[in-house]
Amino acid sequence: MKNFDSILAAYMVFWAIVFGFQFSISRRQSRAEAELAKLKQQLHR
Amino acid sequence: MSLNRTLWLVATLFAALWMAAAGYAIFFIAPDESTMHQIQRIFYIHVSSAWTAGIAYFVVALGGALYLIKRNPRYDWAALSAGEAGFAFTTVVLITGPIWAKPIWGIWWTWDPRLTWTFVLWLMYAAYLLLGTLVDDKQRRATLRSVYGIFAFVNVPLVWETIRWWRGQHPSPVIGGGPDAKLDPTMWSVLMFTWGAMLLLFAVLTRQRYRLEVLRGELDALRQEAEDSAASPAASASGRPLVELKG
Repeated sequence: MKNFDSILAAYMVFWAIVFGFQFSISRRQSRAEAELAKLKQQLHR
Repeated sequence: MSLNRTLWLVATLFAALWMAAAGYAIFFIAPDESTMHQIQRIFYIHVSSAWTAGIAYFVVALGGALYLIKRNPRYDWAALSAGEAGFAFTTVVLITGPIWAKPIWGIWWTWDPRLTWTFVLWLMYAAYLLLGTLVDDKQRRATLRSVYGIFAFVNVPLVWETIRWWRGQHPSPVIGGGPDAKLDPTMWSVLMFTWGAMLLLFAVLTRQRYRLEVLRGELDALRQEAEDSAASPAASASGRPLVELKG
């Protein structure tokens, strides 16, 4: 397939951005959940 | 697990399957384009991402307008979530475009009206996302973001029209470009199928990002509660705050 490397690069960029975004949300979510649990524990102690 | 969570999990799985099916359609069903041949297959992901970003920015403007009318922070959270997803899709457009352009035009980039305005759009929404970090007051931040989100949306139809108003390096429109503009029916079907998958992916990502804002909202409310209890003399027998506040 001609220009296969360019096609592959374009599709890899798409999935890298989608998974990168997804990973970034998950990481921020875990951080917020941990902080929330800690705060709840401290408040109800 | 709640019904809502289960439904979103099913939607996520369905989005993944639909994207895989779209990949199959792009490489095995869509016909070969007569002048560009295989490289033209970038078109499906490039155009679908651009349209999805347009929809995302419409949600930003709509969420902003609803926030200004109803003053419910959930509208601002929805707008912000769509804005972040839209920014990701615009980034896809700005990277896949040059990858497609290099073998066809011989250059990665040119300051053609469509390319320039898309880059301006990307910068405008980068500023939209940064805006939230500059203002501490929650209500002021949401108001500012909402007004800016509505204002920034003006650029979306402008990007759409650039290839109709000015001639540049970017190809003339094959969709909505008048009677001479034509797209092979199979290509059209594959494009619509890919766009459908991408819209669902956008909805799933936006919903997940929105969930983060809900969590942050709960966190703010708890911090406020902790602050109030620390300020109250009866809150702590020792006179020390009940909790140590962070952030």
